[in-house]
Amino acid sequence: MESALVSGLQGLFLGVLSLRPEHVIMILIGSLLLYLGIKKGYEPLLLVPIGFGAILVNIPLAEMMGKDGFLRFFYDTGVLTEVFPLLIFIGIGAMTDFQPLLENPKIILLGAAGQFGIFLTLLLALALGFEKLDAVAVAVIGACDGPTAIYVSSKFAPHMLGAVSVAAYSYMSLVPLIQPPIMRVLTTEKERQIVMGVAKRQPISKTTKIVFPIAVTIFASILAPKGAPLIGTVMLGNLLRESGCVDRLKSASENEITNMVTLLLGLCIGATMEADKFLKAQTLLVLALGFVAISLDTAVGILFGKVMCVLTGGKINPLIGAAGISAFPMSARVVQAEGQKYNKKSYLLMHAMSANAGGQIGSVIAAAVMLSVLQGMGIVGG
Amino acid sequence: MDSWTFGWTLALIGMTGTMLVLWILSLLILLLKKIFPYQPEESAAKKG
Repeated sequence: MESALVSGLQGLFLGVLSLRPEHVIMILIGSLLLYLGIKKGYEPLLLVPIGFGAILVNIPLAEMMGKDGFLRFFYDTGVLTEVFPLLIFIGIGAMTDFQPLLENPKIILLGAAGQFGIFLTLLLALALGFEKLDAVAVAVIGACDGPTAIYVSSKFAPHMLGAVSVAAYSYMSLVPLIQPPIMRVLTTEKERQIVMGVAKRQPISKTTKIVFPIAVTIFASILAPKGAPLIGTVMLGNLLRESGCVDRLKSASENEITNMVTLLLGLCIGATMEADKFLKAQTLLVLALGFVAISLDTAVGILFGKVMCVLTGGKINPLIGAAGISAFPMSARVVQAEGQKYNKKSYLLMHAMSANAGGQIGSVIAAAVMLSVLQGMGIVGG
Repeated sequence: MDSWTFGWTLALIGMTGTMLVLWILSLLILLLKKIFPYQPEESAAKKG
């Protein structure tokens, strides 16, 4: 009886006895993510489940990511198979209105320039000694697009998924703090004051809106076949939105499916943040490179905006180049606010929204191009 | 393939490819707008 009592008590305290400092640090990091999500409102839909997942997976002996662990099941079925980010893409497509882009298609090029940070960061990551595919996963934080970052890193560097996702979502929410100083450094006051005029709403036919996602899927997927899942799911969601005949599917995509998958995806990302995998110098490097990637996106976007400004005889305010990233519509609002600071008569919002919508497509296309080039180079299988 | 060859190749083709695909998409949008121009009846139908 006495030995049974001792064994029972030992079992009860086994968790406490197994608790190591690194578990405590990770539980604190998980709590910090919860604080940032709940109290500061930084991407709470993702940071709350990620933070909670990080806490759960660092409870000693709970084995949440063990062979039969509760989180392991969702990770294997949803993240390793890349299904979760793709389902989220359907929701994003259903929520996205490409009208500003359809009204002003040449602005889509700013959405391409806004992705250059991905490729420049890739070079930096390689210079810092990252393995090839690890460098790709880090660089794609520059897509400024959570699901794209998750898709690519779960494909090529699943061991870095936690760090890459946390960096991607944290910096996306910090866009209003990251972008303005770069805008000020790279533009003159005269450029910031350029008035682009009130963008006239151009009516777009319903047929154009319906054919657009179908045509983009066909053309872009043929040009970058490895990116077909990314492009196809975003455009499927958009087709559900624009077709006007499948309201239930559209509603399910942007609500039930996205909400459920966001919860599970967040938990799974948090579950990759086990102490022995996350507490490494490499994680700090990933966070730093993520910041660099988004800064470079902004910088190249603005520089491209300056080129467009020159080519159009000063009709384009280079600030809208900063909106060529995927953080929609946050980045467009930042541009509008910054433009208004220097000229109260400047209304850049609609122009910036076009660039921002271009950035949304641009991030997916950049990832698709990257995947196809990697396949062409024989770095990844066909 | 060494890291630098890999990096520069992916960066150069990636940036050019992204720009090229998006430029083609912008032409595609212009084409769609030409083929399916907005008809004023659509706005009337919306109001109706």
